[in-house]
Amino acid sequence: MRVVLNQRLSSKFAKPLAFALALLPFVWLVTAAALDWLGANPAEALERSTGDWTLRMLCVVLAITPLRTMAGLPALARFRRMAGLFVYFYAVLHLLAYSWFDMGFDLADIAKDIVKRPFILVGFTAIVLLTPLALTSFNRAIRALGGRQWQLLHRLVYMVAVLAIVHFFWMRAGKHNFAEVAVYAAILGSLLGWRVAKAIKKKASQPSSMLRSQL
Amino acid sequence: MLIKTQGNGFNHPVTSEITDRAHYEGRRDILKLMATGVAGGAMAAWASRQALAQTPGLVQRPGKLATLNAKPSMVAGATTVEKPTAYKDASSYNNFYEFGTDKADPAANAHTLKTSPWTVEIEGLVKKPGKLGLEELLKLSAMEERLYRLRCVEGWSMVIPWVGYSLADLIRHVEPLGNAKYVEFVTLADPKTMPFVGSRVLDWPYVEALRLDEALHPLTLLAFGMYGEVLPNQSGAPVRLVVPWKYGFKSGKSIVKIRFTDKQPATAWNKAAANEYGFYSNVNPNVDHPRWSQATERRIGEDGLFAKKRKTLMFNGYEAQVGQLYAGMDLKKLF
Repeated sequence: MRVVLNQRLSSKFAKPLAFALALLPFVWLVTAAALDWLGANPAEALERSTGDWTLRMLCVVLAITPLRTMAGLPALARFRRMAGLFVYFYAVLHLLAYSWFDMGFDLADIAKDIVKRPFILVGFTAIVLLTPLALTSFNRAIRALGGRQWQLLHRLVYMVAVLAIVHFFWMRAGKHNFAEVAVYAAILGSLLGWRVAKAIKKKASQPSSMLRSQL
Repeated sequence: MLIKTQGNGFNHPVTSEITDRAHYEGRRDILKLMATGVAGGAMAAWASRQALAQTPGLVQRPGKLATLNAKPSMVAGATTVEKPTAYKDASSYNNFYEFGTDKADPAANAHTLKTSPWTVEIEGLVKKPGKLGLEELLKLSAMEERLYRLRCVEGWSMVIPWVGYSLADLIRHVEPLGNAKYVEFVTLADPKTMPFVGSRVLDWPYVEALRLDEALHPLTLLAFGMYGEVLPNQSGAPVRLVVPWKYGFKSGKSIVKIRFTDKQPATAWNKAAANEYGFYSNVNPNVDHPRWSQATERRIGEDGLFAKKRKTLMFNGYEAQVGQLYAGMDLKKLF
């Protein structure tokens, strides 16, 4: 079973298929916007759904390593970069929707809004932190940075996951509506928790490396 | 010889010049047809205004619920000349937390609301307390159609043709005592028919209130219908308040009790977050919500996706009518 799954994941069709799947929400949103299927307030619908899809892609990208390790699916590793870039893709769309529909691309207004509203600041910080990750996602950047530096830099995604949850929590706080926030927090929390647990175990088994960051 | 000139009073138009009666009376139908989009384009906007001016109803009835006849209101400021929001949008994009916090929830869930029989209890500092049945309330004063702007505190707006009469008519009927200063509106909280009553979002029942002079203002409307028909459940059937110069949440839905008091009542959103929602909550572009700007708004169904949001008006554009109610008050403090 595991062998078959690894084979399937390594097939030359697997990656294009994953790409198409990850692009589907975008295709759907553009279609729905063009055909006026987004209800009374399409701007709000687009802002919210691009945010939702950023969170979902974050869950996907952070699930890859735990799944790969626990389920013994090394073939999953080659999907990680694409999933990460899709996080950034939906995050950029989210920022674009906000800047365009809410702010009319008025940079002064956007700057004021970022300072004024803590939840916007948190969301904005998250996308700023994601940007160097997206920019260093190609092979030459990895070589130029060196594997270790590159890995350290890309651990920023853990911080981004926390900021994304805070951003979502704060946005929903006005209506005390935390059911969905709790679901995403539970998923991202357990995916990050798994990494913490692993790091602690590793530290315990190699006491000599205690001083080195292993998270 | 008799010379016919234009100067004498006995000249009559030839019959071919006289517009046929059927054609003359058909004018309104043509205007209505144009207004509903047959003519399309720029003509439709002009024609719809003409049709509005000519016919008793401000808008086409959606044909979904029972008709509620009314005459156009004569109250100053009660009929804006703006384009009414589509019924589809006004009845599907609602805040009515008893049925869920998502805008689509009320339309999906409010079918369980039982609006008949319905009574409104009058309590507190009045000469004539007691219970008024819906039938009695409907007959208490003449129904008027009013086209009001509705500005939600969340930053969007609509234009709604309401049907009802000034709350003042009811207030005078029940005769408030001299020491009555505030009017409190208690709305239905029935956990059996309202799935989200009991959720921790707000204290239930949802309570709103006005100062007595605000409640007596002719623009404060006790509404029973919209778009020429009775209210759909998600819009607060069978009877609700509409205070057009305040943020929408001040206008309680599905009202079951009206209480006259001498102390400022505790209101639902004020209790939940006093720093965000003041007792007055007048629409005010100069006083921001702590978490967002109130300077602009998005008109639902009208402002395109890429259009810049429109400027919000002081008192939602009703400053000429209601400004004097707040003369001398610091609206930044008493927001």
